[in-house]
Amino acid sequence: MNDEEQQAVVSSSNSTNGQVVKKLLLIVFGMFGFGFALVPLYDVFCDITGLNGKTNDTAVSYSADGVDTSRTVTVQFITRMAKGIPWQFEPVINEVEVHPGEVKFVKFYAKNESMRDIVGQAVPSVSPGMAAGYFQKIECFCFTQQPLKANEDVEMGLQFYVDVDLPAEVSTLTLSYTLYDITGSADSSS
Amino acid sequence: MTTDVLNDHDSHEGEHHDDHKMTGIKRWLYTTNHKDIGTLYLWFSFIMLLIGGALAMVIRAELFQPGLQIVEPDFFNQLTTVHGLIMVFGAIMPGFVGFANWMLPMMIGAPDMALPRMNNWSFWILPFAFGILLSSFFMESGAPNFGWTFYAPLSTTYSNGSTAFFVFAVHIMGISSIMGAINIVVTIMNMRAPGMTYMKMPLFVWTFFITAYLLIAVMPILAGVVTMVLTDTYFGTSFFDAAGGGDPVMFQHIFWFFGHPEVYIMILPAFGIVSTTIPAFSRKKLFGYSSMVYATASIAFLSFIVWAHHMFTTGMPLFGELFFMYCTMLIAVPTGVKVFNWVATMWRGSLSFETPMLFSIAFVILFTIGGFSGLMLALTPVDFQYHDTYFVVAHFHYVLVTGSLFSMYAGAYYWMPKWTGHMYNKTLASWHFWCSLISVNLLFFPMHFLGLAGMPRRIPDYALQFADFNKWVSIGGFAFGLSQLIFLAVVIKCIKGGEKAPAKPWDGAEGLEWTVASPAPYHTFSTPPKID
Repeated sequence: MNDEEQQAVVSSSNSTNGQVVKKLLLIVFGMFGFGFALVPLYDVFCDITGLNGKTNDTAVSYSADGVDTSRTVTVQFITRMAKGIPWQFEPVINEVEVHPGEVKFVKFYAKNESMRDIVGQAVPSVSPGMAAGYFQKIECFCFTQQPLKANEDVEMGLQFYVDVDLPAEVSTLTLSYTLYDITGSADSSS
Repeated sequence: MTTDVLNDHDSHEGEHHDDHKMTGIKRWLYTTNHKDIGTLYLWFSFIMLLIGGALAMVIRAELFQPGLQIVEPDFFNQLTTVHGLIMVFGAIMPGFVGFANWMLPMMIGAPDMALPRMNNWSFWILPFAFGILLSSFFMESGAPNFGWTFYAPLSTTYSNGSTAFFVFAVHIMGISSIMGAINIVVTIMNMRAPGMTYMKMPLFVWTFFITAYLLIAVMPILAGVVTMVLTDTYFGTSFFDAAGGGDPVMFQHIFWFFGHPEVYIMILPAFGIVSTTIPAFSRKKLFGYSSMVYATASIAFLSFIVWAHHMFTTGMPLFGELFFMYCTMLIAVPTGVKVFNWVATMWRGSLSFETPMLFSIAFVILFTIGGFSGLMLALTPVDFQYHDTYFVVAHFHYVLVTGSLFSMYAGAYYWMPKWTGHMYNKTLASWHFWCSLISVNLLFFPMHFLGLAGMPRRIPDYALQFADFNKWVSIGGFAFGLSQLIFLAVVIKCIKGGEKAPAKPWDGAEGLEWTVASPAPYHTFSTPPKID
C-alpha cells in the first residue's frame, strides 16, 4: 500500500477500525446473551401477567377474603398424555362448580399400564390464560414427580380455590394436565 | 485497519498492482480484494438460487396434481424446509452482501473494504455451511423437515437425526453474516472519501449501513435460539419442553424476535438498489433523499417491536394482539413514503426502459402488492383466516422474489457493464425480464386465491377444488425456474464478450463507481476522490 492509499483510508470518524470492531463485537455478544436472557424474562413476564396459562408451581396457603357465594364458576378438568407414556390418567370427576374463595378437593386417577417403572410429571395449564393467576393450588400432585411401578395405580389429589378477584367475564376455567414420561431425567431423590 | 491491509499485501509479495494477481483457484481462495469477494458472493448466491429453485421445482411437481405422486410427505417437508433455508440464508442474504462488497467501496471512494482478510473468511465459511446443510439430504434420517422456522417441539422432540447438522450450518451462516455486517459498518464509518458526510452517501450505502446494524443485532439471537434447540435435542435441557418447565411458545417469541428484523435485512438493501436505478433511468435526482434515509431507519426500528404478528393464533391476549397489529400497520407508513418517493422520482422524468429499469419498475409494483397482502396479514381478525395458508406463501414470495430478487436483477444488469466491461445482450435480457415477469405472476398470484379459499401451506396433498389453480401455479413455477437460466446465459455471454462498455454506460447514472473505467480496475480509488 502506498502513501496515497494510506490517505484514502483516512478515517472520517474518530475511532479506528479496531475500536469500531470492538464496539460491534460487544453488541454481538450482548445480543447473544440477551437471547438467553429472554428465557427468564419470558418466565417473569408470564408470571406477572399470567399470559401463557401457567399456574403456581409451589403450594400456596389459603388467603381469600371469604367466599363469594353470589358467583359460581365451572372448573373443568382435562388430561392428555404426551407422546409415548403408557399410562392411564384421567380426572375422577370431569368438572366441578365452585364459588370463588371456596376450597375444593378433587382426585385424579393414574395407572401405569406398562411392565416397567415409569416416573411421570404432570404439567398444568389453565385456559383462559388470563385467569391462570387466579387459580390457586393449595396442594397438587403436579408439584412433585409421580413415580409408578409397573401396573401400579394411584389416586392423586388436587386442592385448590379460585380467587375472589377472578374477572367477572370468566365463568368457566379449564385446567389441563399434560403427562410426560421423565423417567430418564427424574431426580433419583424422589 | 491500516495494518490489516499492509499485512495482507506483505503476505502476497508482488501483489501490489493489478497485473500481479494470483492465478487459478488460489486467486479466489486467498483473495482479499473486495471485487473478487463480491464476485464470489454473487456466484455463490446464484448457485444457491438454482439449488433452492430446483427443490422448489420438485415441490411444484408434487403439487401439480392432488394426491401423492412423486415424493413422500416426509421428504416433502424436507424440501420445503431446505428450500426456505437455502433461499433466505444462501441466495438472498449472500447476494446482497455480494452487492455490498462490490459496490460499497467504489461508491464511497474507498480502496477496499475495511477488513479485507475477515472479508475473505466470511465468504469462505459459507460453502461449508451449505455443504453441511445439503449433505443432510444424503443421511439416513434425511434433511431437516421442520420448516425453515424450526418451531419447537418439531425441531426438538420430534426432529430427525440431522438436527445437529442443521444447527451448526445455521451457526456458520450466522457467523458469516455477522462478520460481513461488521465489515460493512466499519467500512462505511471509517473509509468514506473526504467530504462524503453521512447525508451525502448514496442511499444504497445508507440501506446497507442500516441493514448491517440489524444483522449485528439479531443474528446473535438466531445463534442463541438454535443453540437452545441443540441443547434441548441432545443435552437434555428444557428451554422449550413443558415437561421440564419450558415453554414451546417461547421458541416462537425468540425466533421471531430475530425473524422479523431478518425480513427487513432481506428487503432494505433492495430499497437501496432501486433507489439507485430508478433515478438513473428517470434522469432525475432521487425524490426525498433524506425522507428515504429516515424511512429506512424507522422501518429498522419498528422491525424490533412487531415480531408477534407471526403468532396471532398462539392465544395471545387481546391487548397483545392489538399492540402488535397497530405497530405492524405503522410500518406501512415509512414503506409508503418510499414507494411514493420512487413514483415521484419517475414522475415527469425522462424515462427510458433498459432492463435494470424494467426490473425496478416491476419491483415497485409487485413489491407493493406484497406490501398490501402484508397489511392484510397484519390485521389480527383476518389473520386467523389467512394464517398458515397459501395467502402467506403468496405474500412473502411477492416480497422476496419480486421484491428482493428482482431488485438484485435490476442491480446486476445496472452494474454488469462495470463488473465485466461489456454490455449485456439486450435481447436476451429482455427475454429474461418478460419471461420472469409473466411466469412469476402466474406462479404466485393464484396462491392468494388458494390461500383465501383455505389451502394450507407445507402440505404435499390438497383438496380437489384447488386442483386447477395449483396446475397453473406449477406451470408458472417451471417457467419461472427455466427463465432464470436465461440470466445465467446473459451473465456468461457478458463475461465472455459483447459490446465494449464505456466508463459510464447509463447517461443518467450518478455516483463514484461510474468515474472509474469499465471493467473496474482491480484496485480503485487508491487516491481518494474529493467530494464537494
